[in-house]
Amino acid sequence: MKILATYNIKGGVGKTATAVNIGYLAASDGYRVLLWDLDPQGAASFLFRIKPRVKGGGKALIRGRRTLDDAIKGTDFDRLDLLPADFTYRNLDLVLDAAKQPAKRLASLLAPLHCEYDVVVLDCPPSISLLSESVLHAADLLLVPLIPTTLSVRTLDQLTQFVGGFDGHQPDILAFFSMLDRRKKLHAEIVRDLPEQRPDVATAAIPALSVIEQMSVQRAPVTAFAPRTAAARQYRELWREARERARLPAAPR
Amino acid sequence: MASDQREFVLTDAAGAGSDVLQTLTAAGPEALSWANGGAVRSWRRIWLDTFDWRLYRAGLTLEQVRSGSSQAELVLTGRDGAIVATERLPAASKPEWPRLAAELPAGPLQAALEPVSGLRALAPVARAVSKLAQFQALNDDAKTIARLAVDRVSVTYPARAVLPARLTLVPVRGYQAQAARVGRAIGSLPGVRAGRDSVLEAVLAAAGGQPGEVAGKPSGLQLTPGMPAGRALSQILSGLLDAMEANVPGTLKDIDTEFLHDLRVAVRWTRSALKLCGDALPRGLAREYAPEFRWLGDLTTPTRDFDVFLLGYPAMAASLVGADADELIPFRDHLARSRAAAYRRMVAGLRSARFARLRTNWRAALADVRGTRRPTVAQLADAKIAAAHRRALLGGGKITAASPPESLHDLRKRCKELRYLVEMFGSLHDPAQRWQAVRELKALQDCLGEFQDTEVQRMEIRGYAAQMMAERAAPAETLLAMGEIAARLAVAQATARAQFDGRFADFAGPASRRRMAALARTAAA
Repeated sequence: MKILATYNIKGGVGKTATAVNIGYLAASDGYRVLLWDLDPQGAASFLFRIKPRVKGGGKALIRGRRTLDDAIKGTDFDRLDLLPADFTYRNLDLVLDAAKQPAKRLASLLAPLHCEYDVVVLDCPPSISLLSESVLHAADLLLVPLIPTTLSVRTLDQLTQFVGGFDGHQPDILAFFSMLDRRKKLHAEIVRDLPEQRPDVATAAIPALSVIEQMSVQRAPVTAFAPRTAAARQYRELWREARERARLPAAPR
Repeated sequence: MASDQREFVLTDAAGAGSDVLQTLTAAGPEALSWANGGAVRSWRRIWLDTFDWRLYRAGLTLEQVRSGSSQAELVLTGRDGAIVATERLPAASKPEWPRLAAELPAGPLQAALEPVSGLRALAPVARAVSKLAQFQALNDDAKTIARLAVDRVSVTYPARAVLPARLTLVPVRGYQAQAARVGRAIGSLPGVRAGRDSVLEAVLAAAGGQPGEVAGKPSGLQLTPGMPAGRALSQILSGLLDAMEANVPGTLKDIDTEFLHDLRVAVRWTRSALKLCGDALPRGLAREYAPEFRWLGDLTTPTRDFDVFLLGYPAMAASLVGADADELIPFRDHLARSRAAAYRRMVAGLRSARFARLRTNWRAALADVRGTRRPTVAQLADAKIAAAHRRALLGGGKITAASPPESLHDLRKRCKELRYLVEMFGSLHDPAQRWQAVRELKALQDCLGEFQDTEVQRMEIRGYAAQMMAERAAPAETLLAMGEIAARLAVAQATARAQFDGRFADFAGPASRRRMAALARTAAA
C-alpha cells in the first residue's frame, strides 16, 4: 500500500481537485483506492456526494474507538472508497496532541488497511500543524500543488528542508504546477524553466480552467466527466509521474 | 461484498420482460430513485468443471466470461459468491476446452484450481448468454447506495432454455442499511422470490440436470440385506456397465487419463464380481461373459500402463541424481509415441462391433436376471467376504523369505478381490465398521502394490531400452538415465519387500481378523 498526500500550506491551490482526480485515475487503472478527506470543509466528500460525517467524529478515529474501516464509504466509482470529512476534524490537532507519538498516529491508523487498498490518498487541510506533520510522516509521496510564482517555489524549498529533517522515514516530494495561466508571462517562464532545474517538479501542469470548477457542479472528478479536456490530460500525466515516483507495482487487474 | 448482496428471481408478473426500472421505482422507498447504469451488455458464459464435479463438490464455481470481442476471462468463485481468483486468457488464442488446470497460465487461478481438479480436465458443463442491465439506486443526494444487476440468461448447453430474470442487489460500502431497505422493498414485490440457487444450479436445472451428478458411479448403489442375491448382483453389474459407458466418450476423446482409469476400474470390478459371485447369477452367464471382459481389460491395459509412466515422468526426471533430467527426454518421447500407438489400437477396440455387442447383450442379459429368494445379498456378501478373507490369509501365510515374487503377486490379487467385495457390498455395512475392517488390508495392499508395480515398471524399462536401441532412438546418456530410474525402482521394490512381513503380520493379527470376521457376519445379521 502506497500513501500519497496532497499537501500545501496555502489553501485554494488545487489540493482537493488533485486528490479527487488522482484517486479516480488510480482506481480506473485497477488499484484499490481509499481517499481520506482530512479537510473539515469536506470538499472531497461533497464532490463524491457523501455526507461529511463520521460517527464519533475525528476523536473516535484518532483514539481508535472506531476503526477507519467502519467509517469508509464507497463512492460511485469502482474500487474508489472515501473516508469522509467531519467538521470535528478542525480539532484534530488537539486530539493528536493527546495521543502517543502524534506525528506517527496517522500511519499507525492506516496500517491495518494495507491488505484492502493499494493506494491511499490523503487530502490535507491547508496548514502547518500536528495533523500535517502526521500526514508528512505517513506519506510515501507528497503531491505539492504550486501556483507558478517565486513565493511558491520558496515554500517548496521550506517544505523540502522540513521533511529532510525527519528521522527515519522521509516522504518523497513531487511538486506540480496548478492553476496555470499561460497568458501570464511569469507563469509561462517558471513552468518552462523549473522542471528542467529541479527533479522534484513534475512536467505535468494543471491549467486554470473552468472545467475544473465544474467539478463542484457535476460532483465528479473532471477526469471522469470530461476525460478529453486539457485539464484531464494533465491530471493523467501527473498520475503517471506520481505512479512512477511512488514505484507502484502494476495494478492487480 | 458477496455476503451483503441479495439475489432475487423475477417472474413475468413483476415486469421481468418489460420495464424493470419502472417496477422497482414504484416499489422502492420514497427518497429513492433509480438510474440506468448504461447499455445492456451481452456476455457469453461457459461454466467449467471436471467430469466428476470436483470444483462443485469443493464449493467452487469456475466460469469463463466474454463480452463481444473482448478477452475471455476466467472467474473462480467460492460458496458465498466471493471471487477467489481471476485470469485473463491470452487475447490471440481462442480458449479451448477441455484442458487441465496445469495447462492454464501460471498464477493465483491455476494455484487455486490445480489441487482441486488434479488429473481431471476442466470441460464445459453449461453454456449460456447473459444480457446484463445495470441500475443504480440513488439516495436523495443522488449518491449511489446500491447497484442492481438484472440478468436475463439464455441457456444454450446442455439444453436450450430461458431462465427467469435474476436480480442481484449489491450495496455500496457504508450504505448497507439503506440498501437493505431497498432489498426488502424488492423482495416484497408480487412475483419476486429470493434466489436461493446459484446461476449454475439454475442453468442446469432449466436444462434438466443438476450439478454433482456423475453417471454410473460404481460404489453409489444402495442395497438392502433381504434382496435376492441374483437381483442385487444384477443391479451392481448394471451400475458398473453404466460406469463403463459413461467413461467411454471421454476415453475416446482422450480428455484426461481418468476416464480410462475409471473405465478400467468398472471392468475390474465386473470381472471380480463374475469370478467371485458368478454362482449367484443364472447358470452359464458368468462363464459366457468373463472372457469378454477379460478382452476389454487387456485392450485397455497398454494405454493405461503408458499413462502411469507419463504421469510419473516429472517426478521420475526430478529424482535423477547421476543423470540430467534433459537426458531422459528421448525416453519420454518414446513413451509418448508408444502411448499414441497403444491408444489407436484401444480406440479401434472400443469402436468395434465386438464391444458394441458386449454392451448391448450384457445389458439385456442383466435385465433378464430373476433372482430367487435365497440366498439374500447379505448372505452372499457374508459368505464371499469370509471366503476371500480366508484365501488371503492362507496365501500370505505361505510366503517366506525364499518365496518367488509371483507368490506376492498372487496375494495381491487375493487382497484386491477381498477389497472389491467389501466395497461392492459396502452399502450393507456401517461405514465406520467397514473403514476399521479394511485398515490393515489397505496397508498390506499398498505394500504389495509397490512391490509389484516397481517390478513391472523395471521390467518395462528394460523392454523400452531394448526397443529404443533397436530403433536407434536411445543415446547412451538416455540409457544411463533409464538405468538410474530402474535402479531406483529396484531399491523401492526391496524396501516394499522388507516391509511385507510386518504388514502381513498386522493383517493376519487377531485384532484385524476379528474386525474382518465381524464385517463378514453383520450383513445378514
